[in-house]
Amino acid sequence: MNNLIPAIKVKNISFYYGTIKAIEGVSIDICQNQVTAIIGPSGCGKSTFIKILNRISELEGPVKVEGDVEFFGQNIYAPRVNINRLRRQIGMVFQKPNPFPLSIYENVAYGMRIAGRYSKVELDEIVESALKGAALWNEVKDKLDKSGLGLSGGQQQRLCIARALAVKPKVLLMDEPCSALDPIATMKVEELLHSLKSQLTIAIVTHNMQQAARVSDFTAFFSTDESRIGQMVEFGATEQIFNNPLDPRTRDYISGRFG
Amino acid sequence: MSGSIQSETDELATELCSPLPTERVIFTYAMNAIAFGLTGLALIPLLSILWEILVRGISGLKSDMFVKAVIDNGFGNAILGTIIMVLIGGILSIPTGIMTGIFLAEFSQTNPITGLVRFISSILTGVPSIVVGVFAYGVIVLVTKGFSAIAGGFALAVIMLPVIILTTEESLKLIPISQRLASAALGGTRFQTIFRIVVTAAIPGITTGILLAVARAAGETAPLIFTALFSLDWSEGLLSPTASLPVLIFNLYNDPDPEKSQLVWTTSIVLLSLILSVSILSRLVIRQRRIN
Repeated sequence: MNNLIPAIKVKNISFYYGTIKAIEGVSIDICQNQVTAIIGPSGCGKSTFIKILNRISELEGPVKVEGDVEFFGQNIYAPRVNINRLRRQIGMVFQKPNPFPLSIYENVAYGMRIAGRYSKVELDEIVESALKGAALWNEVKDKLDKSGLGLSGGQQQRLCIARALAVKPKVLLMDEPCSALDPIATMKVEELLHSLKSQLTIAIVTHNMQQAARVSDFTAFFSTDESRIGQMVEFGATEQIFNNPLDPRTRDYISGRFG
Repeated sequence: MSGSIQSETDELATELCSPLPTERVIFTYAMNAIAFGLTGLALIPLLSILWEILVRGISGLKSDMFVKAVIDNGFGNAILGTIIMVLIGGILSIPTGIMTGIFLAEFSQTNPITGLVRFISSILTGVPSIVVGVFAYGVIVLVTKGFSAIAGGFALAVIMLPVIILTTEESLKLIPISQRLASAALGGTRFQTIFRIVVTAAIPGITTGILLAVARAAGETAPLIFTALFSLDWSEGLLSPTASLPVLIFNLYNDPDPEKSQLVWTTSIVLLSLILSVSILSRLVIRQRRIN
């Protein structure tokens, strides 16, 4: 626990949609090569929170962020930060699988194609290793030129993971990646998280507590106060959060006595 | 115990199999009859137009009419003129229309001008085509001092423009935000996201819009009367008066020469099949999109 390096350091962050405050005063360290799970009831701001970390929330409307988010010591909200380069370093997998209406190959190659010129050989190599990294290669290697939309839901989500891996991010944010998947597809994604941990840092939002307990090293519990503003109640090692929560609200939620 | 279950089952069977009350049955039949009757009534004008044109036109149709000018009792020069002017209209209106559609769909959150542009486009849709003709006459014909295919093409471009703008905007708006977010999360800039993902996904919709605009422009008469005028013989170039199928019909309708009035009916078949085939093509594109 002592030699952990924080990949993302969030310091006292508050977030507004327009003028409505959605999150208040969250501080958390997301450590390198660890899986950090964010759990909490619906509407507690956990998805909102994770979208602050790669500044994707800015695309969904007028928003305001107070506080600091440091990515290996760099403030990502500093004016000189190039938002497109930032998002290549901090990738994201969304709640619903959202492959592009392109071939499987082009879905994975997209991130590289928009970044610069690569030879066919280089692209082939990156696409193959990304698909292998997402444990999808064996299922799709003979139909790389077929549409990504023809895959099953679970395969589509792993395609989205492969697409995110192809640009070699340092951090992968996952916003309830299994909520639209069946149990078998969910299991495959969870196994994937274990194998990806050695290469990158993962932050995963989930409404499924068993999933958080299975896949994560650290867990943050979010909840809302009386005025419906999301805040972080407790953060710690997953084992501690699930076996010995310090805050009574965490204890109620974990034991299913919430709300 | 078993007796009461039996009687419940019997009751349910009677309930499920008994017919609806007579007045509801009659009402259903009456409504069906009215709906089919009115549909038939609405089809009468359409079918009678098609029938009239076919009967009057088909007898005069000869294959060499496609390669002869009006002066030799053909409509080759009018087909060529219509194609050339729709082409000019397309060259002018397709790039500008698509770009304006992209502007309306993708920049409406950040730019207050979009509301005004959308309003103007909708108004443009409703401008009578004769007014568009007068406009093109003032802007092109008076300036270049002559009727020409260029002026006709320009007038058609004004007709096509709002159709292309509004259908492009609609089809871009149908692309879900999740696609834009996915591209942005991979480091895509706004430009890359719009052109590589959003526009690519919307191509079937945009194509449909272009085909609808082409079908509409090909059948327009009023904008061409003061701009391209007409020519009985093959046109001498883009800057000379040029024949078109609709203006041929308009000009020769009352011609005393029986061969010319026969030509009007035959030309109607050709124009109708041209527009129908473009419309069918656009339907096919829409169906293609649904399958995907």
